[in-house]
Amino acid sequence: MDIVQMLVVLTVLVLLVKPLGTYVYHVFSNEQNRLDRVFGGSERFILKLIGVHKREGMGWKQYALSFMATNLILVAFSYVILRLQNALPLNPNGMGSMEEALTFNTVISFITNTNLQHYSGESALSYFSQMAVIMMMMFTSAATGFSIAIAFVRGITSKGKTLGNFFEDFVKAHTRIFLPFSFIITLVLVALQVPQTLDPTLTVKTLEGTMQQIAIGPVASLESIKHLGTNGGGFFGVNSAHPFENPSPLTNVIQLLSMWALPAALPYTFGLFAKNKKQGWVVFSAMMCLFLVFLSVAYTSEKIGNPAMSALGIDASQGSMEGKEVRFGIAQSALFTTVTTAATTGTVNNMHDTLTPLGGLVPLGEMMLNVVFGGKGVGLINMLMYAILAVFICGLMVGRTPEFLGRKIEPREMKLIAVAILAHPFIILVPTAISFMTELGYGAITNAGFHGISQVLYEFTSSAANNGSGFEGLADNTPFWNISTGLVMLFGRYISMIAMLAVAGSLMRKPTVPETIGTLRTDNKLFGALLIGTVLLIGALTFLPVIVLGPIAEFLTLR
Amino acid sequence: MFDNRNKRSRSYRLSAITIPLRISVLFMVICGIIYPLASTGAAQLLFPRQADGSLMKDSTGQIVGSELIGQSFNNPQWFQGRVSSIDYNAAGSGSNNFGPSNPALTLRTAASIEAWKLDNPDISVSELPIALITNSGSGLDPHITPQSAMVQIPRISKLTGEPADVLQQLVDKHTEGRDLGVFGDERVNVLKLNLALSAMLGE
Repeated sequence: MDIVQMLVVLTVLVLLVKPLGTYVYHVFSNEQNRLDRVFGGSERFILKLIGVHKREGMGWKQYALSFMATNLILVAFSYVILRLQNALPLNPNGMGSMEEALTFNTVISFITNTNLQHYSGESALSYFSQMAVIMMMMFTSAATGFSIAIAFVRGITSKGKTLGNFFEDFVKAHTRIFLPFSFIITLVLVALQVPQTLDPTLTVKTLEGTMQQIAIGPVASLESIKHLGTNGGGFFGVNSAHPFENPSPLTNVIQLLSMWALPAALPYTFGLFAKNKKQGWVVFSAMMCLFLVFLSVAYTSEKIGNPAMSALGIDASQGSMEGKEVRFGIAQSALFTTVTTAATTGTVNNMHDTLTPLGGLVPLGEMMLNVVFGGKGVGLINMLMYAILAVFICGLMVGRTPEFLGRKIEPREMKLIAVAILAHPFIILVPTAISFMTELGYGAITNAGFHGISQVLYEFTSSAANNGSGFEGLADNTPFWNISTGLVMLFGRYISMIAMLAVAGSLMRKPTVPETIGTLRTDNKLFGALLIGTVLLIGALTFLPVIVLGPIAEFLTLR
Repeated sequence: MFDNRNKRSRSYRLSAITIPLRISVLFMVICGIIYPLASTGAAQLLFPRQADGSLMKDSTGQIVGSELIGQSFNNPQWFQGRVSSIDYNAAGSGSNNFGPSNPALTLRTAASIEAWKLDNPDISVSELPIALITNSGSGLDPHITPQSAMVQIPRISKLTGEPADVLQQLVDKHTEGRDLGVFGDERVNVLKLNLALSAMLGE
């Protein structure tokens, strides 16, 4: 039954790819279509209000500056709100102002779509902060990521000088995708018992006669955008493991699909832009193959369970249940873990710190590769970056100038791609090493031995991949951790985004080279295999040593 | 002509700041205020019980908790829920986050097993399901597995005097199937089960 329910979810996902990918294409192709009648009016109004009169195309530099400026202003506003939340309205539980380093970490975390949380929502944020900072940034960061991905795709698939207008893309991502979808999913979740209220924390007298406090709030409206925007920051500290955030297996499936469907549909959208649907499916298939391997490892490892617990003589046939919820069991937990780190959402429905060693290797590995579907837009960009790299490596092997989608790949592009690819391991491994040199870093470890290495490694990998899940045992609300992970999140998001916009800007200007018999085709199975090989090769070369020190060593010594 | 160009380039440079500023303020209002308030309004109108946290009442109409949030049951005459490192205090949430190789995990579990043996001498430890003596992710898990309920029946039967087969029926009646027949695992809501038990004992 476990296998069946995972297959059902996978099937629904695959069925969603084409309609959703087509919808996204129509949103951003800027050709006239039926949707304009529904959304066109409000978009014209919004664009007029913000002062965009002509939707002029932007070069890659202007596009990058526009999104950076918008992100910077949102960060500034949010910082002020969190610091002053005690004096602002909608604070029925009397939360105090948030401390500086934690506020820095929190605003960076949400604007970069990471949603790493060093606070616990129910004890640190007012309802106003949950709404005006957290939910707001969940929308705006997702829309930013989406716009960049579309701009990148436009750049590598079309000829001209501009990547599109950032403000128009940003507005349309909201009006046609995130706002309507979120509103509908919110109501579905409420119908399935996720609370949505502005009442303060409840106090009830339990069946045994003791008093129980129950934190509550506008949870459902955050849940929907949290997943749709691949954000992942929970209303409560334990995120989607909390019964109010995720009350049943059915809500679990809805949350899974809502974080997974858009990233999975983007390769198809890319295929439509490239006027070569096969190209889109090749990218999708490469992602799906990697995903299935990771899912199998996670499920099998959790089902086998923890040998140390079995040794106590209990009935451990269910699998490793520490840190998991009964309503989800092993199948829905393993699936959620694999999807949340594939789509770099970072929401969790079980505690990743308590996963078995190889089960914990799955989220870690997916975030290290950072291409298995990936977060809002960024996953597709990363995968295409590896596709260009694969083309380049093959070109070197046969001694031809590499080409991708009919453009020559030359030193300028390869340098930018090298920067983007190397930045990721650099900002994971260097801070991890630094943390082990100072008490400020390793003092936060709560599980001794090899698992402690995994805890630190996970924190920085999650920050760099803009995922945001954690091995939550880590005592990370200290200035050292708040600032170091804050910086890693910043670099993790913006270095690759800007580098890849630059690549798009440069490819766009190149003349198309005609396809010949010697051209390496990039839309067939062979290239799909090359792509997977490139991803795994680069990933293994950079991360294998540290993985051996953490999860693998723990696996080998656990009995 | 020259003047005009100057003016245009200045307004262009200015718009590089004013447009991001305006778009930020506008979307802060739309996404951060209008969207959550509209959602709250619609949710409260359409599904008020769910939106307010699915609260449960006992036979006298007194609110006794939320059906989604687990409670601690210390008296052994009740069905008990899973281990909770926060003792089911739903003002917060959380678990021990013990890694699989952490000795504290096996120590805590061994202590739970000893406590279990004292209260349940009729059930062998090899029948004790792992879910019952592990900490859930949230620390607020409202459910136990059907097996975890069944192994508690002999104890509760002895303490309350209710025959075991009546309790067995009660557990069966409160066993919830998989969602839509496929998703998730079978489970028993401890609070609902104990409310039914309490009603039965009161009769």
